[in-house]
Amino acid sequence: MSESRTLRQRFVAWTVWPMLWKEFISLRRDRLTFALMTGLPAIQLLLFGYAIQTDVRKLPTVVLDESRSSESRALIQVLQNTDNFRVVASVPDRAQAKRWIERGAARVALVIPPDYMRNIKRGRTGQAQLLIDAADPQSSGAAISGAQLAAQARGAQLLATRTKLVPPVQIMVRPWYNPAQRSATFIVPGIVGILLTITMTLITSTAIVRERERGTLEQLIVTPIGKTSLMLGKLVPFVLVGYVQMSVVLALGKLFFRIPIEGSLSLLYALALVFIVASLGVGLFISTIARSQVQAMQLSFFFMLPNILLSGYIFPRAAMPEPAQWVGALLPLTWFLDILRGVLLKGVGIGDLWQELAVLTGSAVLLLVVSVRRFSKTLD
Amino acid sequence: MSATPLVHSPVVHTPVVHTVGLRKTFGALTAVDGLDLDIARGEVFGLLGPNGSGKTTCIRMLCGLVPPTSGTAMVAGFDVVTQTERVRHRIGYMSQRYGLYDELTVEENLKFYSRVYGLVGEEREARLAEHIDELGLRSRLTQMAGTLSGGWKQRLALACATAHRPDLVFLDEPTAGVDPAARRTFWQTIYDLASRGTTILVTTHYMDEAERCQRLAFLSRGHLIALGTPAEIVAHFGAASVEDVFIRLQEKDEQEQAAAGS
Repeated sequence: MSESRTLRQRFVAWTVWPMLWKEFISLRRDRLTFALMTGLPAIQLLLFGYAIQTDVRKLPTVVLDESRSSESRALIQVLQNTDNFRVVASVPDRAQAKRWIERGAARVALVIPPDYMRNIKRGRTGQAQLLIDAADPQSSGAAISGAQLAAQARGAQLLATRTKLVPPVQIMVRPWYNPAQRSATFIVPGIVGILLTITMTLITSTAIVRERERGTLEQLIVTPIGKTSLMLGKLVPFVLVGYVQMSVVLALGKLFFRIPIEGSLSLLYALALVFIVASLGVGLFISTIARSQVQAMQLSFFFMLPNILLSGYIFPRAAMPEPAQWVGALLPLTWFLDILRGVLLKGVGIGDLWQELAVLTGSAVLLLVVSVRRFSKTLD
Repeated sequence: MSATPLVHSPVVHTPVVHTVGLRKTFGALTAVDGLDLDIARGEVFGLLGPNGSGKTTCIRMLCGLVPPTSGTAMVAGFDVVTQTERVRHRIGYMSQRYGLYDELTVEENLKFYSRVYGLVGEEREARLAEHIDELGLRSRLTQMAGTLSGGWKQRLALACATAHRPDLVFLDEPTAGVDPAARRTFWQTIYDLASRGTTILVTTHYMDEAERCQRLAFLSRGHLIALGTPAEIVAHFGAASVEDVFIRLQEKDEQEQAAAGS
């Protein structure tokens, strides 16, 4: 099927335009796709921005204060000041405290024994007990660290008054990039990556499979349009859709979640293109395997799962077992998340992101070459 | 019936389809074996054969979708292997599934396909307007293609396949699943197109479609086994109808296949 090169290139130039024109009309009129494209960013933002808060605050706490002293009240105050606890009730005995936790009305019970103040006054260690509902490790972690923090703080105060000494060691913690430790600051940049993955795989693959189901692909391949224009016409509109989504999420994230934009936006948009191309490769690949739109959807969701779980979108990769980290490293999203958070939160430049860029470029080229070959074959 | 006027034909003596020893093998399987075929301008030509007879492979070679293993095929004066792009400009293709975009209007479907064939500017507008009137689609221009009835869809599909005035139009079982009235109007449009010099190549195994063709070619296991007008074919096989011939050939095919298999 050889024809002079220049002639073919001229065909590409004029045949890709009708494809783009048609594709944008279709995108506008296809309600499901349109809803997915506009609704998904909104839902993801609401869900992950507002509802899913991985930082645990204000655990409902009951207090059993048997000491009833100035010291015990000071301890309760210090504990509340950490903001990890919220005292909801005072209880008369241990059985009651246990009931509160069993009912789920309280997650933590603070027990201060009668001799608490006496021990402190006599120069011994004042001991208190914290009972934690540790079924959920994330909240119990917050309770444990809060308790330790409170004990240290109160201990240091008492020690200072008692001995007039300064603490011999002190670690000053400065949480950079997200000083308020807000989940949204961490999650919202990730939503950009997750959304692009969904759009490029789910929407692109179903759009291509739909053409095959309807017989329009069969129709188009006997026209002079050529495979190159056909693929460009199918893929380019989704690149633009991806950029629009990305801009919407960034704008809403800035407006409603006050996410910082420390670095260069143009750098971020440029790097996003490599990620978009890699994800389009996955979408095109799925379209060559799936026989129906439903199958394309299922395969896309199958691909989404490891992306959500293993990329570091919500769960820190450092906490994962090594094999899970290796799988995560194979996902383009993992590397793009580094770029997103790096540019937005830390304001790093290309000099610190060349490794991510290299990996993404490599996978984009590989995925696209493999998918385009497979797709070409399905057209023959 | 076979005497068709040759209106838009600059080269009268060149057939629109001309194949010599066309052959295609897939591994050990020979799909089409040494096909010699000439189809004249303005002919309504039927390509018949049971499933697996090589019809589809034959069409795909003529469209330049699969290269022949050996032999040559010229379509509209161009070689399907070395001048694929030019061939594609000169042919139209209407599949059973119509290949329409449901969410585009009738007009948008027509515009899209005419743009794909490179029609631009005033020339396109003028030609499209004429074409829309010829096919009686003017009253439906703003309707979504997805909401059209079967007959209208078929008419629109034909319009999309012929808006660029191709020399040759492939019709794949064109009237399957369409009511008799729409079928009659459709064939009338086909004859109109043919009378203006467009060659029509119909592949089908519906006998009423076959009998409307001016000439028929029967394919059986990759071989051309009969060629002529429907009347000639019926006479040649001493059968009662084209359908009779078809069934007889299919049975013979199955027997040979069984014999080859055992």
